[in-house]
Amino acid sequence: MKMKKSLVSWALVAGCTFSGAAMAVPPTPEMISFACAGCHGTNGGSAGLTMPSLASQSKASIVDAMKKFKSGERPSTVMGRLAKGYTDADFTAMGDFFSKQKFHPTTQMVDAAKAKRGEAIEDANCSRCHIDQGKDGKDDTPVMASQWLDYLKMQAALYDSGKRKMPKDMADKWNKLSKEDKEALLHFYASVK
Amino acid sequence: MTFDRRSFIKLVGSASGLALAGCATTGGGDAPAVGKTAEIMPKGSARRVVVIGGGYGGTIAAKYIRMLDKSIEVVLVEKNKQFVSCPFSNFYITGITNDMNALTIGYDKLAANHGIKMVYAEVTQIDSAAKKVVTSEGTLAYDRCIVSPGVDFRNEEIEGYDAKAMEAFPHAWKAGPQSTILRNQLMSMKDGGTVIMSMPLTPYRCPPGPYERSCLIAHYLKKHKPKSKLILLDANPDVVSKKPLFTKAWSTYYKDNFQYIGGKKVTSVNVAGKSVSIEGIEDFKGDVINVIPPQRAADIAVKSGLVGEDKRWCPVDAISFESPKNPGVHIIGDATALPSDGPPMPKSGYSANSQAKFCAMNVVNLMNGKPTIEFSGINVCYSAIDDHQSVSIAQVFNLQNGKIKSPATAISPADFSLTKDEHAYAESWLKNILTEMST
Repeated sequence: MKMKKSLVSWALVAGCTFSGAAMAVPPTPEMISFACAGCHGTNGGSAGLTMPSLASQSKASIVDAMKKFKSGERPSTVMGRLAKGYTDADFTAMGDFFSKQKFHPTTQMVDAAKAKRGEAIEDANCSRCHIDQGKDGKDDTPVMASQWLDYLKMQAALYDSGKRKMPKDMADKWNKLSKEDKEALLHFYASVK
Repeated sequence: MTFDRRSFIKLVGSASGLALAGCATTGGGDAPAVGKTAEIMPKGSARRVVVIGGGYGGTIAAKYIRMLDKSIEVVLVEKNKQFVSCPFSNFYITGITNDMNALTIGYDKLAANHGIKMVYAEVTQIDSAAKKVVTSEGTLAYDRCIVSPGVDFRNEEIEGYDAKAMEAFPHAWKAGPQSTILRNQLMSMKDGGTVIMSMPLTPYRCPPGPYERSCLIAHYLKKHKPKSKLILLDANPDVVSKKPLFTKAWSTYYKDNFQYIGGKKVTSVNVAGKSVSIEGIEDFKGDVINVIPPQRAADIAVKSGLVGEDKRWCPVDAISFESPKNPGVHIIGDATALPSDGPPMPKSGYSANSQAKFCAMNVVNLMNGKPTIEFSGINVCYSAIDDHQSVSIAQVFNLQNGKIKSPATAISPADFSLTKDEHAYAESWLKNILTEMST
């Protein structure tokens, strides 16, 4: 009851006067995250071939990625520069928002034979952390399914060059894969809807 | 008896056909439309927001209001059936891409997906006292109005730059037919020719745009017309955007066919003599001349009293983006003069996208009696330096002490180590932002 009343008084202030800066509340998770859609698509569903979808990523993976962009631990073009404009609380707000968005399936050209081969590789090597064929983000494990093949290839190249670091468990498996296996794995993830 | 838009234009006799040209949001120097007083879509019981301008700002404002509150009726008023993006139009002008379709969007899917009511008409007046918008097809009542009008040109500041001169020396600063004119002129120029570009003092639409264009024209000449040269006349004393990156691109790739000259403000044009003049003191002759004139908020903003004392740009409140003199009218995008601390948000497509979402959110909050929210937005602008390399500026903006300020602004590394990756990201940026605007 008390809360309702204070909301009403807010409304009177905001609605009846020319709303000045002092009247507003800090940016909400929606407000902060909407701005990301200019590059990542509405609600984080990407249509751009080199741009990852953020929709349905786990909260921890978003926060982890943003912190690593900000510190420079994860290599980037614009992301490191943008991350410097946000606080840890902002990163949590982004994680809140994107983790609540629906999974964004994409339709893309993949090599069916490679995708089939990739499925077996995924099952044997990746599925313990990237659960449900990479559709479900667990803890700080990102959603891999339906990410654009071009984006996956760019990230794989960053890993292989040593510019982007992977967790030890992942490196143990990834580094044992042949070039063809890696390629097949990416085709598989791109194909999962 | 009504007449359709095409016959209307014929009737009024738009000298250059420019009423159909340019970015969808604005006309620019065309024959004035005549407003009609009959109400075209009488308002029912639902609350209504009328959004004016279907460009980078208006489409997003309309969409996000509907995403945030389906009980609010949204009418999007736009002059043209299609919108052509200014970002990436330099690729088309310089022949790196030959397909303008990749830069063109329509409104059908956006309208269907979100229940937005489209009205294709030219707005002639925003009457904030009567809360109605007057258009070439009739009037529309509103509860709140969001205007994303874009820019028009201050042609009067360049002697002789009339509608005819605009065909001879195209600005190509609104994508569409003007882009094609400049492209055709470049393609048909003989090798050994001189291209002159002129650009205005800040502020103008897309700060790095003229410099990107200079790189891409120089790239085109280097590749296809190696005996030709380009001169960029900048009214500003020095490069005003991404300076270390553009100066490096010029000196690395185009030092043999490109010259930058700062502090050269074009004040008159001579179409017959194929030249531009700097304050009557110095003339530059060219085989192709691209004049980017000084700018202001588009005509509709001026006519409706939305511009401030400078008669050029629209002051707005930093929270609601509401016009101080026109309650209920909110302005976003290139036309605005935001209360800023430090360098303001650039007049860019990405800025308009961020501002549109923010404005939509606070318009919905105001209509629902909820507290307004402080600004948080982004600007990312990519600029190509040739056909496979791009550089960028990335900026975050938020509200600090009542003004919009950037806590983080940075450009690409000057060693050009990321230019190829950024070129690929730039293409995805275009795809995503146009998809966001059209679906």
